[in-house]
Amino acid sequence: MDMKLPIYMDYQSTTPMDPRVLDAMLPFFTEHFGHPASRNHSFGWEAEQAVDTARGQVADLIGATPKEIVFTSGATEAINLGLKGVAEMYGEKGKHMVVSAIDSRPVQDVVKRLAREHGLEVTEVPVDKEGLVSPQDVQAAIRPDTILVSVMMANNEIGTIQDMAAIGKVCKDAGVIFFTDASEAAGKVPVDVQAMGIDLLALTAHKMYGPKGAGALYVRRKGPRVRLSPQIDGGGHERGMRSGTVNVQGVVGLGKACELCKELMPEEAKRLAALRDKLQDGILAACDEVHVNGSRERRLPHNLNLSFAYIEGESMLMGLKDIALSSGSACTTSTLEPSYVIRALGVSEDLAHSSIRFSLGRFTTEEEVDYAIGQVNQTVKRLRDMSPLYEMAKEGVDLSTVSWKAD
Amino acid sequence: MAYSDKVLDHYNNPRNMGSFDKDEDGVGTGIVGAPECGDVMKLQVKINDDGIIEDAKFKTFGCGSAIASSSLATEWLKGRTVEQAMAIKNTEIVDELNLPPVKIHCSILAEDAIKAAVNDYVQKSGKGDSEGAAAKPTAKTGT
Repeated sequence: MDMKLPIYMDYQSTTPMDPRVLDAMLPFFTEHFGHPASRNHSFGWEAEQAVDTARGQVADLIGATPKEIVFTSGATEAINLGLKGVAEMYGEKGKHMVVSAIDSRPVQDVVKRLAREHGLEVTEVPVDKEGLVSPQDVQAAIRPDTILVSVMMANNEIGTIQDMAAIGKVCKDAGVIFFTDASEAAGKVPVDVQAMGIDLLALTAHKMYGPKGAGALYVRRKGPRVRLSPQIDGGGHERGMRSGTVNVQGVVGLGKACELCKELMPEEAKRLAALRDKLQDGILAACDEVHVNGSRERRLPHNLNLSFAYIEGESMLMGLKDIALSSGSACTTSTLEPSYVIRALGVSEDLAHSSIRFSLGRFTTEEEVDYAIGQVNQTVKRLRDMSPLYEMAKEGVDLSTVSWKAD
Repeated sequence: MAYSDKVLDHYNNPRNMGSFDKDEDGVGTGIVGAPECGDVMKLQVKINDDGIIEDAKFKTFGCGSAIASSSLATEWLKGRTVEQAMAIKNTEIVDELNLPPVKIHCSILAEDAIKAAVNDYVQKSGKGDSEGAAAKPTAKTGT
């Protein structure tokens, strides 16, 4: 088989659509274009039926019932609806939320805004060096006026998977709503909102081989029933929780993507974990001072996050120009700050600048992994030869004792 | 982020990458930046008895623009006098490499590295008549 360059190893950024998902969507652009809220003709009924089918497929992936699925434009909107909706609806009960330190960017930004504009108080729960949230820490952070706990199920950068069932139990015992951004976990590892005690869950289609612009919020209906203040007003679609004509073709794609992920998960997770391990071992065997960020045990099967000591992340990515990857380096972000996720692990700033995320997916081949191993090892050698830090370290200089002075 | 062809060229074919023995006569060493900021440049000059920079070398930990800025600096230094070296401005590096605004700090670091290397030579050789001699080296290695 001929390998095409560049190679895509950034599946945690977004995924290509599975052709089967595209096939399922196509008729809903042209032939079945009806509005699912049109109650008095067959065009509307067809669309409504397609949306209902998709609702069932999404629910099925996470152990929910179809009526608990609210379609949104993606995970970010689902997160906004979940957190702001709860803050408004339960504002009388309390003004305190608990959020994990490595929760996703949208969660961090929403609670910041709620704090700024609505007087919400937020307690951040730290993570250990593997990125794990301790259920005891969550318990200790909960106050009488706490209305919600948010813990991202699996982290987007380091792939660490939290002990959701244990944290869910803490929340249940305290009578606090348990919210999770599951956009990295859904479709990749088993998710069960019942067993995990989850009350609100956000997911998105484009991270599981579906289209961009479609996502969902799971909203628990029983034990307890979670109520939300809608954030978008209009025609009262999605049982009043999210007005706006449903993105039928997107939702059909999301549903099909969920169905495929559920069907393929056991085999796919095994295959990707084996490829990921091969990638990890191939790099660690050839290069010294490469650190695995996050947990090696509780980790998404397709994720590998490495810090290459003495090499800056962006220069690494430049050397790996035939492989699409992400870096936690400040230079690759608009904020000029290195990854807050890597820093939350207690990793030093220079190693945070050196972090690279490899994320594999459904269409990754072993040939691509072999190619990546070769390219990475070659680039590490080249950039270390060029690195004054590597030279100093090899000369026995303890870099932490050097008094750096940056202008 | 798109890189200019010149940055890519320096990144792919770095000029004068390597090290001199810092204790050798005529060698001045400047190390600037900090690992936690994501940029460290080591720039070295070898200066002959006539005050001419005969050779220059660099090693850089940093992004592609930082590598290119220091690589370019070593090219420019060769054949210059100490005074001419001290006159190199970061804006010249920005112009030559077409650095975008977020990468201007790389050129500033390169200018600092030049000054630090020359000052180190001046201090070591006791030729304290250079106007830059008062400036301190920006990083001290070892304890």
